[in-house]
Amino acid sequence: MSRYITRLRMRRTYKWNGRPVGEDRKLKRKYYESMSISVEGKTEDATVSSGQYILIEGDDDDNPFVAQLHKLYTDDSGKKKTAVVQWFVRMCEVPQNKRKLLGRDPHPQEIFFYQDRSCDNEVDGETILGAVQIEYVPAENSFPEGKSKDILFVKLLWDTKSFKALDPELMQPPQSPKSPPPSSRGPQTRALPTPDLSVMKRAMSGTLTRGSMSTGKMNSSEAESLHSASKLSAAKALSAKRRSRASSGPHVRKKLDLCSPTKNVSRDDVLGEILDEHTEKTLTSKLNTSPTGRISISIRLTPLNLNEEERVFPLSSHSPDKPKLTAHDKDDATSVFLGVQSIGDDDPDSLINTSRTPRKREATPRRAGLRGLKARTPSRRKDSAALREPALAALAEEEHEDSPIQTAATPRSKRKSAQLVSSRIRKQLNVLGNKVDRLSDGDDDDDCFIPTKTDLQSSSDEEEEAKIDSEDELIVKKRRGSRTPRSTEKTRVTARTPRKTPIKKTAPATPRTPRHATPSIPSRSAPARKPGNVLEEARARLHVSSVPESLPCREQEFQDIYNFVESKVIDGTGGCMYISGVPGTGKTATVHEVVRSLQQSAEQDEIPHFHFIEINGMKMTDPHQAYVQILQKLTDQKATPDHAAALLEKRFSAPAPKKETTVLLVDELDLLWTRKQNVMYNLFDWPTRRNARLVVLTIANTMDLPERIMINRVASRLGLTRMSFQPYTFKQLQQIITSRLNRVKAFEEDALQLVSRKVAALSGDARRCLDICRRATEICEHSGSQKNGSGLVGMSHVMEALDEMFSSSYIAAIRCASVQEQLFLRAVIAEFRRLGLEEATFQQVFVQHQALCRVEGLQPVSVSEGLAVCQRLGSCRLLLLEGSRLDLFLRIRLNVSQDDVLYALKAD
Amino acid sequence: VQDRCGCVLMMLCDGVCVQAQKLLRERLCHQKLPDQPVGLDSQYKHLLELLRRTAVHGESNSVLIVGPRGSGKTMLLGCVLRELMSLKEAQKNVLLVELNGLLQTDDKIALKEITRQLHLENVVGDKVFGSFAENLAFLLEALKKGDKSSSRPVLFVLDEFDLFAHHKNQTLLYNLLDVSQSAQTPVAVLGLTCRLDVLELLEKRVKSRFSHRQIHLFSSLSFAQYLDVVRAQLSLPPDFPDPKFSDEWNHSVTKLCEDKTVEEILRRNFNGSKDFRSLHSLLFLAVSRVSVSHSTLREADLIEAWRLISVDSKANVLHGLSILELCLIIAMKHLNDTYDGEPFNFQMVHNEFKKFIQRKSHSIHKFEKPVVMKAFEHLLQLELVRPVDSGVCKVQREYQLMRLMLEHGQVMEALQRYPQCPTDVKQWALSAFG
Repeated sequence: MSRYITRLRMRRTYKWNGRPVGEDRKLKRKYYESMSISVEGKTEDATVSSGQYILIEGDDDDNPFVAQLHKLYTDDSGKKKTAVVQWFVRMCEVPQNKRKLLGRDPHPQEIFFYQDRSCDNEVDGETILGAVQIEYVPAENSFPEGKSKDILFVKLLWDTKSFKALDPELMQPPQSPKSPPPSSRGPQTRALPTPDLSVMKRAMSGTLTRGSMSTGKMNSSEAESLHSASKLSAAKALSAKRRSRASSGPHVRKKLDLCSPTKNVSRDDVLGEILDEHTEKTLTSKLNTSPTGRISISIRLTPLNLNEEERVFPLSSHSPDKPKLTAHDKDDATSVFLGVQSIGDDDPDSLINTSRTPRKREATPRRAGLRGLKARTPSRRKDSAALREPALAALAEEEHEDSPIQTAATPRSKRKSAQLVSSRIRKQLNVLGNKVDRLSDGDDDDDCFIPTKTDLQSSSDEEEEAKIDSEDELIVKKRRGSRTPRSTEKTRVTARTPRKTPIKKTAPATPRTPRHATPSIPSRSAPARKPGNVLEEARARLHVSSVPESLPCREQEFQDIYNFVESKVIDGTGGCMYISGVPGTGKTATVHEVVRSLQQSAEQDEIPHFHFIEINGMKMTDPHQAYVQILQKLTDQKATPDHAAALLEKRFSAPAPKKETTVLLVDELDLLWTRKQNVMYNLFDWPTRRNARLVVLTIANTMDLPERIMINRVASRLGLTRMSFQPYTFKQLQQIITSRLNRVKAFEEDALQLVSRKVAALSGDARRCLDICRRATEICEHSGSQKNGSGLVGMSHVMEALDEMFSSSYIAAIRCASVQEQLFLRAVIAEFRRLGLEEATFQQVFVQHQALCRVEGLQPVSVSEGLAVCQRLGSCRLLLLEGSRLDLFLRIRLNVSQDDVLYALKAD
Repeated sequence: VQDRCGCVLMMLCDGVCVQAQKLLRERLCHQKLPDQPVGLDSQYKHLLELLRRTAVHGESNSVLIVGPRGSGKTMLLGCVLRELMSLKEAQKNVLLVELNGLLQTDDKIALKEITRQLHLENVVGDKVFGSFAENLAFLLEALKKGDKSSSRPVLFVLDEFDLFAHHKNQTLLYNLLDVSQSAQTPVAVLGLTCRLDVLELLEKRVKSRFSHRQIHLFSSLSFAQYLDVVRAQLSLPPDFPDPKFSDEWNHSVTKLCEDKTVEEILRRNFNGSKDFRSLHSLLFLAVSRVSVSHSTLREADLIEAWRLISVDSKANVLHGLSILELCLIIAMKHLNDTYDGEPFNFQMVHNEFKKFIQRKSHSIHKFEKPVVMKAFEHLLQLELVRPVDSGVCKVQREYQLMRLMLEHGQVMEALQRYPQCPTDVKQWALSAFG
């Protein structure tokens, strides 16, 4: 995967274009019209200027944020570049539960105008990746078909509550940056920090492709973007060679001149031209030109060991018609769009004919060349269509032809499958590249054919590949974690989704991938019976699992946690809280209650949305699994613990202006203890990161856990926000039962009081209390048939239940033991008294036992029988024994107090 | 003709006898579930009601069945499950998962077993068992997806429950009990254990999630009831093919139970332990002695069976020793008496033995020291003598400290039973000091 390495070498630098166009003295800001983003090792820069639509790097590599650039300014130091933007959201950024509000399947390229005042609209200028094209589609119109995959469509407005029709006015370019900002705007509060090195790197690599997207608008730099395109790949030597070769061919020069005035020729254009003019027998020379614009892509998609000759040779040997036809056929058959781009740019007329969207048109080929498959595929589709109809000008109609495919596209938010597919394709390409079979007719044909082949094979290979892919994907992700080329990876992925998914669906289900498995307990044949009478109803309500309408007696704790979380969510900051309390005091229930009500208010837009995830130390096999579970719940991806930790680390440290706050509940914290404590350390360290927006609520049983088991740096990060849940008092327990019963009259008042007093005295565990009540209703039900009382659960029933649960069973066990067992216990005590110790060997006790047998007039038992008796008592744990291998010398202790034994034996 | 008739009668009788024996053996040996558990009515009702509610109402429960070994825990559960499964509404709705602490020695194996028994592995192929963590997450997800009214209830039977408490972090128990206390798939967690202190083994948060329902099985059987059980166990059923034989047999059994010696034997057995397993092994031996020649159960059979069962395990070993070895054991006994159970070494035993030989040189052959040493080592092999902790550094064999693994009484009894034991040896053993 050389492309990652090559990308790492790129650096992005940001420069202002021209002089400041305005200045705000009060805020000490200087406003600029545009900014150029240059990439190291290239002479040409990409430029973004206000009014343009831009991509901004975010936490999601596949879908960078989209925004419209309103202003660009710098502070007095001149170092920090800030951009004021109007955000757009992708469907995948809309909260999951709100997506259905759209009422239809979103268009894969659809974005929404984002209207939320709470959202920070100032971003660090150096997170800008490049420009993007956005097209406004009136709400009643359908989405234009057949456009480049790079163009995003805006139809609706999303105001965090609902989708609304978008007023095109809002889309108009903003007020001139020259005009000073409204004075009402406060100083920049949530400015993003200066990017660290890794961010810079990522941002730079992203710009490589993005930078040129804007060229459609900026004529000045358009000519240069060709070169920037060719420089995309880091295989500079190769590209240089190719470029020189390209320039050497005279045809190419001509061709290039023929091309759009932008002179932006991607490799696809070139090949398109080649195919158009196949009558000319100058194929070889043209092919030599073709690499100019495409090097970056070819490097990305095909293994490096595929040398030029191999690529070039087969195509030249082919009749030029062949690839075209094949592409066309596949197009129809498998809805994989192949072919070589020939776009309006080839023909100057088309520019006029398709003047409806000239800008887009122009940009398309460039992006196609630059951004890889995503862009290429649609254009190829056009090309194949164009070959069918010689009139290139009739492109609009051809776009209609493609419309069924477009609508069949799946929403782009289904990234998982897309990534799977794309990684599979990469895999396939690698494999094919290694084989260098006859199908790989040069780079372009490679692109043409291999996906096709993939599809043909895919049904059979699907299973194995899915397996490989998941690994492959992990590797890819890992690499991306270090460097993240926002664009390539993602554009490819998103572009392929729509195309691939239909095929995937036809393929047999992949039973071996557990991530798609939906395990469930089979459902019952008849629904469970509802409670019949009052007692059953009461029992159902008293079950611990039944969720009460409200949690009584924890109002103060509820309020404290609520305030804590709410403030953090509103401020968009992070924090930790430690909650302790003995089991059954409602810690987890209270936190859940808090989250529930916070989510309700988030629904009503009183507070910003947040993401709630929960992990439990007891529900994982190893502390490091915490990372895996968090990652899976956060992004639904699977990874190994180490990798998950790295991904989370990145996620929580990367700046992302629109990130939702994450509320993380860590139950049974003490189980996450490791020797180095790095799991705990990370959990408490992430919230302190500036951009994490993470609120961690931890729950454990002991109040002094931080002091006891945490090393200083962990305890320090946990902070001092502590809360302790006291055991319930009897009044509270009584209230809990009453509120649960909720006017179901099943208990006598005294009975309730007895239960709650008893439990409060013992543990204050609400679960225990509810269990006792439940048992009491059972006892009442059974006895109710005999003596016809009030039908309510009375004192006697509760007493019985309490007895069952709390009374020690040792005495009953001793009373029910056999004669020899009882004798043996007496012998043990007698021997203890004789020795004055609480321990004796079997031999000593046995002597006593035999003496006692004689006293009682029983036949003395043999040693074997005596040992059997002893072992029986030991298995009940009335006695504590050593291993029986010691035979006569095994040592015996009593597990009950001597008084209890004597009491039990005396009463007998 | 008469002869032939007699012969046929004999064969018939023979067949009947074998049949009866087979039936009784099956009853005593196969641990067949009784029609109704004896003396456990309230526990039976409690458990049945509990499981019925899980099966029918989808109410999650957890319960521990506690009782000493042989008290009928598994039998009770078996009876309850049999009854439960005969209920129409429970029949097809209940999933049963049976685990045993002796088999599922850690949570990983237990989880695999649960997944297997729930037939969940079919859903995902074998890939899910890649790691313990995945498996746990998978199972929890499966259980979490269910809800009270629509999922089939799962009964988890954990035999040897106390052993599950020794698993790391008690993850399995926590999760099962947590499911039983939350609105997920209805489950009933049934633990079977003989440890009375099982709750103390549970971690506090696991304990809090357990409903603290315990069903104790303590047999409060009186001897009269015990005799009734014996009678019932030995009686042939009314639908026995040969009513004449069965009448005869049952009559003899009744008479047998009234016999003084038999009653004494049964009482001793009852005093030893109340569980039915020991009774069954006793009766099994007795029934096996029934043959065509004596087609009824006689008291002699029971006495012989009792003798076989109650015989001391070491008495048989002592029975096969040589005189020399016996003498050594007597010497050790004297050493034990003299030094109050302190360990001894070979040299001391040899000295004691030599003193005895010197006194009674005429009755016992004089043995060389290596021969005595050999005999001593034989005793060591039989584990009648055992070295005291060999933690100390190597000492010469003669001086290694040993202990006698025999009780005083066992030695004396062995001497009494020993065939043709020289009187001098007996006297030596009986004398207070060597």
